[in-house]
Amino acid sequence: METIIPFFILLPLLGFLISAVLPHQKEKLLSGFAFACIGLQLLGLMAFIPNWVLQDHQFLSYPDILVYNTADYSFFLSFTFDKVTAIYSITGAFLAFLVSTYSRVYLHREKGYKRFFVSLLFFFLGYNIAVFSGNFETLFMGWEILGISSFLLIAFYRHRYLPVKNALKVFTVYRIGDVGLLLAMWMSHHLFHHNIRFSELANDALVVSHLQSHSLTGIFISAAILITAATKSAQLPFSSWLPRAMEGPTPSSAIFYGSLSVHLGAFLLLRTFPFWEHQMSVRIAIIALGLSTSFVSAMIARVQSSIKSQIAYASSAQIGLIFVEIAMGFDVLALIHFAGNAFLRTYQLLVSPSVVSYLIREQFYTFKKRPDTLEDSLPKKIANTFYLLSLKEWNLDAVVAKLFWNPLKSVGKKIPIHKNRTFLFVLIPSFLAGIFLFMKEELLPPYIFHKLPLVFSGIALTLVLRSFVERKDVFLSWSLIIANHFLIALALSFNEHYNMRENMIYLSGISLAGAFGYLLLYLLKKKESNFDLAQFQGHAYEHPRLALLFLLSALGLSGFPISPTFIGEDLIFSHIHQDQLLLAFFVAMSFILNGLSLIRIYARLCLGPHQKAYHEIPYKSS
Amino acid sequence: MEKTSFEFNEHQTLEKLRHYLPSQAPLKDFIHHNTLHAFQHENFNKALNEASALFGYRVSLSLHEYRQLFQKGKISEAILDRLLHEKKGEKAREWKRKLIQGNFTSHHKTRIGELRKNWKTLYNYDLELDVQPLLFRLLCSFLDQGISIWNYPVPHKSFLDSVRELQKNSFGGLFSSKRVVHLLLDKNTSIEQLLHLLVGDVSLFEYYLFDQQFSHQGWSGMAAVLEKQPDTLLDKRKIQLKEFILIELLLEIEALDKKFNQNWAPLASRLPVYPKPLFSKVEMSEFMELHLLWQEAFEWSYYDEVLAGLHSEAKKTNLKTKTSFQALFCIDDRECSLRRYIERFDPECETFGTPGFFGVEFYYQPEHGKFYTKLCPAPVNPKFLIKEVERKNKRKRDAHFTKHSHNLFTGWLITQTLGFWSAFKLFLNVFRPSISPASTSSFRHMDKFANLTYQNYNPEFSQDGLQIGFNLEEMTTRVENLLRSIGLVDNFAKIIYVVGHGASSANNTHYAGYDCGACSGRPGSVNARVICHMANHPKVRLKLEERGILIPKDTHFFGALHDTTRDEIEFFDEASLPWLSIDEHLKHQFTFKKALAHNARERARRFESVNPKWSLRRINSKIQLRSVSLFEPRPELNHATNSLCIVGRRSLTQHLFLDRRAFLNSHDYKLDPDGKHLLNILKAVAPVCGGINLEYYFSRVDNQKLGAGSKLPHNVMGLIGVANGIDGDLRTGLPLQMIELHDPIRLLVAVEHYPEIVLDVIQRDPATYEWFKNAWIHLAVIHPGSGEILVFNNEQFVPYRPLTSQLPESRDLKDLVSSSRENLHVHHLN
Repeated sequence: METIIPFFILLPLLGFLISAVLPHQKEKLLSGFAFACIGLQLLGLMAFIPNWVLQDHQFLSYPDILVYNTADYSFFLSFTFDKVTAIYSITGAFLAFLVSTYSRVYLHREKGYKRFFVSLLFFFLGYNIAVFSGNFETLFMGWEILGISSFLLIAFYRHRYLPVKNALKVFTVYRIGDVGLLLAMWMSHHLFHHNIRFSELANDALVVSHLQSHSLTGIFISAAILITAATKSAQLPFSSWLPRAMEGPTPSSAIFYGSLSVHLGAFLLLRTFPFWEHQMSVRIAIIALGLSTSFVSAMIARVQSSIKSQIAYASSAQIGLIFVEIAMGFDVLALIHFAGNAFLRTYQLLVSPSVVSYLIREQFYTFKKRPDTLEDSLPKKIANTFYLLSLKEWNLDAVVAKLFWNPLKSVGKKIPIHKNRTFLFVLIPSFLAGIFLFMKEELLPPYIFHKLPLVFSGIALTLVLRSFVERKDVFLSWSLIIANHFLIALALSFNEHYNMRENMIYLSGISLAGAFGYLLLYLLKKKESNFDLAQFQGHAYEHPRLALLFLLSALGLSGFPISPTFIGEDLIFSHIHQDQLLLAFFVAMSFILNGLSLIRIYARLCLGPHQKAYHEIPYKSS
Repeated sequence: MEKTSFEFNEHQTLEKLRHYLPSQAPLKDFIHHNTLHAFQHENFNKALNEASALFGYRVSLSLHEYRQLFQKGKISEAILDRLLHEKKGEKAREWKRKLIQGNFTSHHKTRIGELRKNWKTLYNYDLELDVQPLLFRLLCSFLDQGISIWNYPVPHKSFLDSVRELQKNSFGGLFSSKRVVHLLLDKNTSIEQLLHLLVGDVSLFEYYLFDQQFSHQGWSGMAAVLEKQPDTLLDKRKIQLKEFILIELLLEIEALDKKFNQNWAPLASRLPVYPKPLFSKVEMSEFMELHLLWQEAFEWSYYDEVLAGLHSEAKKTNLKTKTSFQALFCIDDRECSLRRYIERFDPECETFGTPGFFGVEFYYQPEHGKFYTKLCPAPVNPKFLIKEVERKNKRKRDAHFTKHSHNLFTGWLITQTLGFWSAFKLFLNVFRPSISPASTSSFRHMDKFANLTYQNYNPEFSQDGLQIGFNLEEMTTRVENLLRSIGLVDNFAKIIYVVGHGASSANNTHYAGYDCGACSGRPGSVNARVICHMANHPKVRLKLEERGILIPKDTHFFGALHDTTRDEIEFFDEASLPWLSIDEHLKHQFTFKKALAHNARERARRFESVNPKWSLRRINSKIQLRSVSLFEPRPELNHATNSLCIVGRRSLTQHLFLDRRAFLNSHDYKLDPDGKHLLNILKAVAPVCGGINLEYYFSRVDNQKLGAGSKLPHNVMGLIGVANGIDGDLRTGLPLQMIELHDPIRLLVAVEHYPEIVLDVIQRDPATYEWFKNAWIHLAVIHPGSGEILVFNNEQFVPYRPLTSQLPESRDLKDLVSSSRENLHVHHLN
């Protein structure tokens, strides 16, 4: 049976690739193709799942697909199928099918019709890779695709300010989750001494025996997983991204943020349940997080006066309960709850424009002066306090900014690199010095030599921090990221003597994407006088192709799974030792900020209100 | 333009703001109006130039678009030449070259926002980003009509007082900066005082407030509208624009205090240069003038055809010997083609057009309704109430809208039960759309089988100061006025249909804009029934006889409702029809049905999903599906492409194909020698049709700033408006899906009457005259005797000779309407 599994990955993959080259003016062809592709997936699953249930519904694993292999390291893709995959994949296919059908007419004549369906298929691909994934590496691949496709769908109206701003915001939150996943991957690699398959986690004895001697490691991995799950599922303190994701056309908001994307955090918990089920403290933490989220989100939902934010917070509250159910071991209940919540919120969002006529009609016939609400039983002062607090969304936005981003930004702003050239003066000598030291290892006392990885990765991190806060010089921001990658490679070369081939894999993608992106920037600059990072420039309006190519090269440079760097990243991580937490943190932060900084460059240059006045320009407040 | 004073007068500035802000009411009362009403006291061209320079609106198509129209022949070269000759004389040739191939780049600078943007450039701080989301959410929660579950805690005080109350009576409060809290609680705090803190220099105060309010004109406009019309909310709120501004200023001070630790200087102190005063004189640029010339050439290329057609028709005499039935329709442009088909399938019938409230103005209260609905043009304030009694149908509900699903524990139950039901419902609605409680249907406005309280027997019989029903005298006057204004005073047929109209749609926030504009955005069914009841009343007939209108005993008025989305018709009070007329009615009913089917085909040519060559049955079912499909953002195209209003006898237009672009108002100049009825007609036509036309015009040319943008991402805010996403400003105007097919052309009103009478009539009412004088509407007169055309220009009528000599002929309407999805030329019908 397991031989059929790749079909459910290849079909969306083919669908995405083919849709990307279909002509953009052919609406019927484009949407018909998406319809057929997702429909076929749905039919396939509808045939497959009953068969699987009848054949004693066990955990299926597709044989590993080896991508890269050395003596002590192998990178492989792995796919599995169990009841979690079954429910997630069929719910996903069903909703994606309905929404794609719905959107065929709904998006008629909309600019970006093709973009919508290609992004939809891209999302669908990422979703299926994630839910079918059999190990962290494969899951991470799907995760990355989901992140980018979410960004593109939220910023669907790419020449308005708010969608682009909010898309960036959601992407930053997702990126925090990605750090968690990277660190969990790295640590579990050390825990199990190989890239662990989820199927192996089902082996209680294996997990327990490994955890017994490394209980802290276990907690570290679980915490990283929980952070990742919390970001994706809009749990505390990240909940406020969810309503802000509702910027695209209603059907895309309905399916992604109302239902599929937002439940992936719960999926991650379900998937890794065997790993942390024996750690009581983790289970308690998850229950506490789920419960507190559901209370806070439900309270915020109750005061919302806009329909989409109300649905978003209500959904986040239910997912909090799903977390609780998972942690208590009620996985079947959690799966039912997931599917019900996904269906309900999708439908509610799709019919959300109807509330005006429906509720006004209701109000017209049943109006009563202010019915009493739950909160009226509280003392006035306390009720008002909670009301205002909920109106301000419990200041969650500010909390996340304070916890995660402000420190990084203020560090970045203090780094005195101002011009493209000055930075070369710093970088090239230090890089050369690094290579020199690498060759002449014997020159340095070992205790200094062992500090070098940390030093170089530290420099690398500051470079990318600087890139992240750069407001003027686009080339500087771009080059800093390239430099960051090289320094990371150098830093890790000190750590372990692995062969240069691995560095080549890592850097080949970087160099290519870096050079190509630089060229594109140069071309754009020649054409446009507005060229900085202080505000959105919207150049995709006049140069859509250039913008697309630039997006691709930015993705390449960020180690997105279209370039060999993706494998390189994982490889490099495997050379960080278990006790080098700080180094792991530096490298992980670098990767995360790289991606952020790159998407920021893309957004600032290509998206947002186009500055030229020969066409309609939307208000900033729209 | 006025000079900017160096003193700040709060009251004047607020009035001025109110004047310029959008004046769109909450969604349920959506009524079309001139988007740039604030500039209406000035000539159209000048107003456009100012609006564009001051507020950055786009006010016309782009040069590129005009040139494309020129290439496609939609702008006629002959017309362009004539126009340039008139306006530019000897320089015509040079201007023509500029128009057609001149190379221009727009260095368009707008004044609004110039002052306030300095927070970003000089202070490096995005003030709006920190202030607006909370401000919008606070206001929306205060005004919310029923989305939130936990309502705003202090609903009965005014906005400002409620915020004060919340601040005092909570821990933490809305504001945390001490000085801001102090300012908030101090009842003497004025806008001026806060502006001193923020801006510093009095001469910039007005500029700052304009910048601030126009950075979110949707919400500001809503506050201003609700201050003046609190009744438009069912759940009333007390709010003033002034309070809203105060809160915003306080939020700004708080944000700045937080950002700079109270250590910041007012904006004026750091300004290197002051911006030019906001309302200082605006010069007409050559760039703008080019656009305006193109616009005029575009308009006259179209008008010329129309006027040529009217000219040729006016000369013909029309002799009708026998009349099978008569039917009154709304002047609405959507009825234009339906009337054409009815007349085609029954050449002996006669149709009339008049505003769709049929001259009866009243509030309507459906049974069990807790509120009243106004059923007449929006500016009218009726003294009457019509109640629906003995309703037979029940209101349907949909559990998916229950708010319990948003609560924690009920939500937990609902998601696991109803959640799966919604998957099924969604599946059904995607593959087999059908009517649901979520959709709006014109037929649900009133229960067909319910009774209405038509007559008032005793003036004491009233409710909330409104008289229930009309007395005989009031009925007679209304029937008489209606009949005289449309010129139906003799030759009555046995059955006279009075057909109101409404629309159906699903998932449509702008549903009110689809119904009858003359009924304040509601279907016209109740009005149709009420006027028919009046006209059938034997005692009213007697009184009418005294006033010289003799309606034969066997003539029966018969109310009906046309659903313009579904192309269906429903007849009311069929039981009251004299049995002798039943056969005839059945025959006419067949005519109506046939005409509706053909009408649907003519509409279908605009829809890409329908092929007008399909069978009528197939087209009809497809059209009806649109009205109930959740995923159909264009259930119908509403008033898109409207451009004409013709006031005169039907014979003028009966043989012209006007492509559903004309409002048609019946009027007989012979029966109205002094223009008394004409005045009433034009008084309604100018704001209603002109308002519709200009709202379409401006939403089309600047769909981002003057329109609502695409409706696909819209989010419903407090049931009163829509915004993009959750932190956005309210979007006013029309969504993209309503205007994309519209050609922005001003309305041409063509009146059949003597020019001197028309001139006299329009000058009797200054408000009406303003529309024509300032050229927001074009006016032409068809001289009844000679058929000569005169157009209104510089406050006088001048003869006009159309350049179009011969209109194309059409023998087969089916071929004509299947030929293209674009606007069609005026045709002569055989």
